[in-house]
Amino acid sequence: MKRNKDIWVFGDYRNYFQNRVTLQILARAVDLSTQTGGTVCAVVLGHRVDTYVAEYIAHGAQKVYVIDDPTLRSYSIERYSWLMSWLVTRYQPETLLVGATRFGQEIAPRVAKKLKTGLTADCIDLEINTKGLLVQTAPSFGGNLIAKIITPVKRPQMATVRPGTFPELPHDDAANGQVMVLPLPGDLPEDRIRLVTSEHRPSKKQKIEDADIVICGGRGMGSKGKFKKLFDLAALMNAEVGATRPVVYSEWVSHDALVGQAGKNIKPKILLSFGISGAIQHTAALSDAHFIVAVNKNPNATMMKMADVAIVADANQVCLGIIKAIKEKARD
Amino acid sequence: MVSELPWDSRTGTLKRDLAQGMMDPASRRALEAALQIKETQPAYICAITMGPAMAREILHQAMALGADEGVLLSDRRMAGADTFLTSHILARFIQKECQGEYLVMCGTQTSDSETAQVGPQLSEELNIPAITYAGHVEIKDRVVEVHRHVDEFFEILNMDLPGLVTIDLSAYKPRYLALEGVEKAFENPDIRHIDARQLGLDADFNALKDSPTRIMDVYSPTAQKENRVLKGAVKKVVDQLFDDYGKVISSAMGKDLKTHEHDEA
Ligand SMILES: Cc1cc2nc3c(=O)[nH]c(=O)nc-3n(C[C@H](O)[C@H](O)[C@H](O)COP(=O)(O)OP(=O)(O)OC[C@H]3O[C@@H](n4cnc5c(N)ncnc54)[C@H](O)[C@@H]3O)c2cc1C
Repeated sequence: MKRNKDIWVFGDYRNYFQNRVTLQILARAVDLSTQTGGTVCAVVLGHRVDTYVAEYIAHGAQKVYVIDDPTLRSYSIERYSWLMSWLVTRYQPETLLVGATRFGQEIAPRVAKKLKTGLTADCIDLEINTKGLLVQTAPSFGGNLIAKIITPVKRPQMATVRPGTFPELPHDDAANGQVMVLPLPGDLPEDRIRLVTSEHRPSKKQKIEDADIVICGGRGMGSKGKFKKLFDLAALMNAEVGATRPVVYSEWVSHDALVGQAGKNIKPKILLSFGISGAIQHTAALSDAHFIVAVNKNPNATMMKMADVAIVADANQVCLGIIKAIKEKARD
Repeated sequence: MVSELPWDSRTGTLKRDLAQGMMDPASRRALEAALQIKETQPAYICAITMGPAMAREILHQAMALGADEGVLLSDRRMAGADTFLTSHILARFIQKECQGEYLVMCGTQTSDSETAQVGPQLSEELNIPAITYAGHVEIKDRVVEVHRHVDEFFEILNMDLPGLVTIDLSAYKPRYLALEGVEKAFENPDIRHIDARQLGLDADFNALKDSPTRIMDVYSPTAQKENRVLKGAVKKVVDQLFDDYGKVISSAMGKDLKTHEHDEA
């Protein structure tokens, strides 16, 4: 089979509807394919997976390869990685993209190794360069630097993509896609790992470490009562609240909220930082925040210098102002 | 802060020898898991690292903590290896040294690159089963049992030896190394040094040339920021925030926000 320009996306449907990374990557793949040509394909392994196949087509997949078999009912790293590399060898896509869930971060390196190709982990952007190569942008060196990486010769070009990086396409029931159902290959090796028990234990609430929007408050919020307003704002924005050490020590908020060296690392798309000076013990945990809005009376505070948008004003007033603005804008 | 990074623009790799010097937190957890297994049954722990000469310190530290042996894989030709080649080199050594029922224990991911790829790729090279993100590891009657919590699934998994596990960053809090231990560690001279030739790597093996990926560019995310400063009345700055960044905000919120109707002309 001759190599083609197809872009493949691994269908990671476990925890769907919460886990939407496959849809997000499909959307980007559709975008990239307008530059490279080729078909956007999803691969679905499992048992009774029709709903996911339909879902992927409705979200941009032009073709879906399916292997549906009772022995694939639960995710198996050995079987799934073997099947992925078998499929790639057979159909020779140019690119293979995998969502950076934990399973994705495990299967992708194994498939890459079997196929003797490269892999970039946890990408936060994907583009096509003038030579038609996939440019894989990923944080590296502890998140302090961003690297742009290519796979010049080996194929497929492989990357895992951080969940939340790309917006998904709207659900389109009218979309058409070709479905290729394949039988389980006879030479699939025995699984060397035995699953004794598996239990779905969903996390009850969104964790600050995973939140897309984090609102951090510091001593500059002024009082416990004023700090509470950040929770009102968070509820409106679907955000989580974080805090600095003085805030936690003063018991304005529980210790779980501490962000920094002694607390949690966060990686939100947007960080709103209110009345925080920006001590290194706090900012060390912010290196993966994509977009930072800081509010501080002091324009020279470190937090203001590292922000994308620095608002020189009273933190509490701006918090109330944003609450008001969102209530107005979200109305109807 | 970032301009001083030991980045070699000519070869496009991090000069790890300048950035390194301490055992990675993930590896410390893997070592801790190994030490705990050794406390319950007879075991021989060989600590392996690949890196510049300076990485020897990590092995001294491992031995002070209870490893029986330290092995340094170091060679100019190995410098610049990506995960693909790192796992290849590590596998060469393990294949030479270990037969029968061995268990490879790795940290899940290092703090400098966080790819979490070396463990899984090493298991491919060795053609042995691997269980990642282990929260608890036990060996009973030559069967490895692992508990783990991954992607909202709690699982108990089994495999036979030989096998590989990667230890989750939230598991196995590393023990503290007392100062006298550190001092003793550096008296201990017998760290084995293995080079590319001893590993039987091809004569023309060159990690930099042979890596399937190439870093084209590296930049600091903060250096790219435009740092817009907004001042004035609260109402004005809030409006400005939503006018200019309303799209970014609404997409992160997952809700539509009305934008101001400005004249487009
Ligand atoms: C070993 C160690 C570990 C630590 N770990 C952590 C950690 O994990 N997390 C952490 O956060 N800290 C940690 N710290 C503490 C850290 O060093 C700082 O002291 C702390 O982050 C400061 O918090 P802050 O910014 O809220 O307070 P401050 O530094 O007091 O800053 C308050 C800011 O609010 C501004 N301000 C005041 N009034 C207003 C107003 N009305 N409107 C707007 N702005 C206003 C001020 O200009 C100032 O910039 C640690 C310290 C040590 C020594």
